[in-house]
Amino acid sequence: MSRGRIATLFIIPRLTHRAITVWRRNFDVFMKTYRTNFIPPLVEPLLYLVGMGYGLGGFVRPQEGLRYIVFIAPALTAVSMMYSSFFECTYASFVRMYYQKTFDAIIATPVSLEEVIAGEILWGATKSLINSTIVLAVVFAFGLVSSPLFLLIPPLSFLVGILFASIAMCFTAVTPNIDSFNYPSFLYITPMFILSGTFFTITGLPQVAQLLAKILFPLTHAVNLARSLAIGRLNSSLLVSLAWILVATPLFFVLSINLMKRRLVK
Amino acid sequence: MNPEPVIEARGLTKKFGDFTAVDSIDFQVFRGECLGFLGPNGAGKTTTINMVHCVSPPTAGQLTIAGLDAGQDSRAIKNMVGVAPQEDNLDPDFTSFYNLVVYARYFDIPKITAHERAEELLAFVQLLEKKRVLIDNLSSGMKRRLILARALINEPKILILDEPTTGLDPQARHLIWDKVRDLKSKDVTIVLTTHYMDEAYRLCDRTIVMDNGRILEQGVPRELISKHIGAEVLEVPDHEEIKNYIKNEFPDALMETVDERIQVFSAQPRGVFDRILEKFKSRGAIMRDANLEDVFLKLTGRRLRE
Repeated sequence: MSRGRIATLFIIPRLTHRAITVWRRNFDVFMKTYRTNFIPPLVEPLLYLVGMGYGLGGFVRPQEGLRYIVFIAPALTAVSMMYSSFFECTYASFVRMYYQKTFDAIIATPVSLEEVIAGEILWGATKSLINSTIVLAVVFAFGLVSSPLFLLIPPLSFLVGILFASIAMCFTAVTPNIDSFNYPSFLYITPMFILSGTFFTITGLPQVAQLLAKILFPLTHAVNLARSLAIGRLNSSLLVSLAWILVATPLFFVLSINLMKRRLVK
Repeated sequence: MNPEPVIEARGLTKKFGDFTAVDSIDFQVFRGECLGFLGPNGAGKTTTINMVHCVSPPTAGQLTIAGLDAGQDSRAIKNMVGVAPQEDNLDPDFTSFYNLVVYARYFDIPKITAHERAEELLAFVQLLEKKRVLIDNLSSGMKRRLILARALINEPKILILDEPTTGLDPQARHLIWDKVRDLKSKDVTIVLTTHYMDEAYRLCDRTIVMDNGRILEQGVPRELISKHIGAEVLEVPDHEEIKNYIKNEFPDALMETVDERIQVFSAQPRGVFDRILEKFKSRGAIMRDANLEDVFLKLTGRRLRE
């Protein structure tokens, strides 16, 4: 690819308030079925906390000086941020774009394609906020939160949600069909779920794996931030994690919009 | 009075890679008229109207809509254009009514106005009793009507209908035609594409016949018929004896064999074929009015388009 072609992938999109109308459409659909939508974020953390926290936790020595259940609890909120926004902007966005032709219908109005994609990403981030906040409430109810800083986890979840939704939208822009989402799901998201310091500290991994987890996996940074906020442990690594997310988010956001334009503007 | 062009295209071109879908076409659409694009599949009709409503940027040429440049002012243009696409892209997650309300939001139409208009438009397309019904439970005719209603939510000055009645039963087609005429009488400029020549003849003030991305002919349907076909078409069985008789008696007449019948065209006035008709009536000769389909097939040929 020529340098000029790559540069077109980072053109800053012009966005207006109209992106919100796209967000609102998805929100309206969500609210129609809200009862069923609340089941996964309520049930999943319960299973992980009881099964892994209490069950497996009885055999596991403390991680980073924390009781096992205290160690994994905040990570579950971060995992929820990743899953809810990533799957919203891969499978669900693809269904709207390809099968329902919803994007085609919207771009015939004054809402631009850039705003459609931005609205979709904002909605993915909102799903991250909603789901991870429910997970956080469960974690809180179990008494596994020990610092008032945990109140910063919901805003963090929105930011992390924008990042994962944008990464997801990049895959959606290039995927030939819905089945091909298996590649990013199983080669990127699932390894991230296991290897981002979620269920065991990454300091136990080989140096190379640690480095890769920090460079390639946004979840490593989201987990680091969520855990620190939940237990009130502040150190300089948080700045690195926050910086990673703050740099990557706008990059992937802009990239995803331009990749989508390349796919859909004909 | 000079008619005022609402849509004006000059040298309008669209290429997809090496393939030229629309090849430097010029046309105008005047205020309050209904213009029909006719052409076989792949002629470039939909590509052309996608450029007009600013979802597909032209590769070359000029395109202005209500004095605005299609490349520069797409948002302003989309604000005053209504589009009923070929494909059903209604929102399956919502009811008929809510489809219109959600669509109104994309135009920044205030909620109260949106609800009023949705109600009026459902009545207009006779779907008021389906107000609370989800899209999946509508028939294809109802979906087309709802798509028409949705295209009107922003009270457009220009309405674009891409194959508005394809696949509909006669009742549903007539209802759509009634509504289109109704809109025309309200000074809405209408651009439509269709494969149905009767539809084009009934609705369109002017038609443009396209093929292979080019305009083959344009004009008033009635004038196109008399120019290319004449007033009447004589159809007789495909028989050597009949063929020879016509060739000898009417050397100027144009003949074409279709479905084991010979169609005879003549630019001459009514009555010239009476002798042939009289002679071969018992063998199935008939006389019928020339129609737009004759023109279309003459211009675009009978080769099947896939």
